Amino acid sequence: MGRFLDLTLAGLTSGAVYSAVALALVLIWRSTRIVNFAQGGMLMITTFIAYTIVSHGGSYWLALIVAVLSGLILGAVVERVLVRPVEKRSPLDAVVVTFGLLVLLQGVAGMLFGGTPRSYPPAFGIAGFKAGDRQLLFAPNDLWIVLVVLVVMAVLALVFRKTNLGLRMRASAFAPEVARLLGVRVGRMLTVGWALAAAVGAIAGVLVAPSTFVSPTAFDAVLVFGFTAAVIGGLDSPPGAVVGGLALGIVLSYVAGYLGSDIVTLASLVVLIGVLMLRPQGLFGSTKGRRV
Amino acid sequence: MLDVSGLVVDYGPVRALDHVDLVVERGSITAVLGSNGAGKTTLLRALSGLHRPRDGAVLLDGHDITRLAPEDLVRLGVAHVPEGRGVIAELTVEENLRLGGLWRRERQWLKAGTGEMYDLFPPLAERRHQRAEALSGGERQMLAIGRALMSRPELLLLDEPSLGLAPRVSARIVAVLRTLREENGLTLLLVEQNAATALSVADRAVVLHLGRKVADDTADTLAADDRVRRAYLEV
Repeated sequence: MGRFLDLTLAGLTSGAVYSAVALALVLIWRSTRIVNFAQGGMLMITTFIAYTIVSHGGSYWLALIVAVLSGLILGAVVERVLVRPVEKRSPLDAVVVTFGLLVLLQGVAGMLFGGTPRSYPPAFGIAGFKAGDRQLLFAPNDLWIVLVVLVVMAVLALVFRKTNLGLRMRASAFAPEVARLLGVRVGRMLTVGWALAAAVGAIAGVLVAPSTFVSPTAFDAVLVFGFTAAVIGGLDSPPGAVVGGLALGIVLSYVAGYLGSDIVTLASLVVLIGVLMLRPQGLFGSTKGRRV
Repeated sequence: MLDVSGLVVDYGPVRALDHVDLVVERGSITAVLGSNGAGKTTLLRALSGLHRPRDGAVLLDGHDITRLAPEDLVRLGVAHVPEGRGVIAELTVEENLRLGGLWRRERQWLKAGTGEMYDLFPPLAERRHQRAEALSGGERQMLAIGRALMSRPELLLLDEPSLGLAPRVSARIVAVLRTLREENGLTLLLVEQNAATALSVADRAVVLHLGRKVADDTADTLAADDRVRRAYLEV
C-alpha cells in the first residue's frame, strides 16, 4: 500500500511536467494545426539560458523568470520567421520545419554547451515529506511542480475564457477567416499563441531540469511523453492535456515500479497506440477527424 | 459610397469575375442577383478583402480600398456577413457578438451594443450564454447580422441572408434590415439567389451571369423586365 502511494505521488509529479509540455503542444495545435516537434528543443534552449544564470550565481527565481521571458520571445520569433511561411501550405511542410528546428537547436546547444549533462538546482527540498515515521516519495519540490502546473493551467483558462485577448485567440483558432472579417488580426494572435506555448514549455523545462539534468537531448523523453499526454487528452483540449499528462505520469510510474523502468518508454508507446486505436479523438477532443 | 470599376477576380485558371462595374449609393439597398456560380459570393469576398482581385478598383468614398485586408476594411466601416453566416459555433452567442465590436476598444459600446442587438433580435437574448451551435438557422442569421452590426458599419455586405430560412423568418430579417436603413442610414449590398425577396427590398439591383454583369437597373424595372427574369433569375 505504501509503495502504491509512493508510485502514485511520483507519477503525479512527473505527470504534471508532461501536462505542461502537452499544454504547450495543444496551444499550438489549436491555433495553427501544427504539432510543434521543436517544443522539446525550444524548452531545452530556454532551460540552458536558465542554467547559465543559475550557474553564474543567479537565483532560481531570476532564472525561472528569464526562462519564461526568453520562451515568449523564442516562440514569437519562431512563429514569425519559420512557421508563418508554411502555415498555409501542406501540414507536412510544417512537420519538416519544426523537426528541422529541433535538430538545429540541439546542434547549436551542443556547440555552445557540449553534450555533458549539467545538474540543475531544485526550487525546494527534495527530501520526501514525512507521514508519521514514513518518508513519502513526494518532496516539497514535487509539490511545487504540481502547484505550478495547476496555476499555469488556471491562468491560461482564465485568459482564454475571460479576457478579450482570449476571445480573439479562440476565434482565430476556430474560424480564422470569420475572425478577420470581424477585425481580429489573426496573424498577431498566432504569434501570441506560439509565444504563450513556448513560455509554458520553458516553465516545464525549468521544473523538470533537476531530475533530467540539462543537456541538448535531455528533454527528448519529456517531449515524447508530453505528446502522448496531448493525444490522450485530445490534442485540442487544454484541460485534456492536463488530465492526459497526469494520467500518463501515474500509469508510467506504476509500470516503472511494478514491471521495471526499462519498459517505460515502450509502455508510453503502447498507451499512445491504444488511445489512437480505441478513441482517436482523445478523452476530451472534439469528434472531428484528426489529420496527423 | 462604393464605386467598383473593372473588377476582375480569378480562381486559379477560372475567371470568376470579368470586369464588373458597380455603384452603391449611400443609404441604398443594392441587390446582386444571379444563379449559382454567377460570381456573387466572389464579388463580396473581393470587396471585403478576402480575395485579392486581379484587376480593377474599389473606391470607398473616393478612397482606394482594392487591396486592403478584411481586418482593416472593417475599421473603415465595411462589415461582411459571410456565406453560410459564419457564426463561430464553439463560442457563445454573447462572445460572438462581443467579438464583432472588440476592435473598437470601447468597453461601454460592448455592453450597450450587445444590449441593442438583443433588443433587435430578442431570440438571441434568451440564448446569450449558449454556444452558437445550439441556434436555429434563423437565429444564426440574426447573430451573424448582429455581430456585424457590433462594428457599427456604414456599409453592410450580406451573402444570401435568406438561404435555408423559412419565409416567415427571412421576412423578419428583411424587416430589421429595412429599419436599419431607415433609422441608421445603413447602406446595404445584398447577394441573393432568391430574386423575388431581393427585388422586394432593394432599390437597385445588378444581375451577374458567369462572372459578367448582364443587367443593372432599379429593382422595380428589373422586376418588371421579363427578358431578364426569364434569362437569369427564374429558378
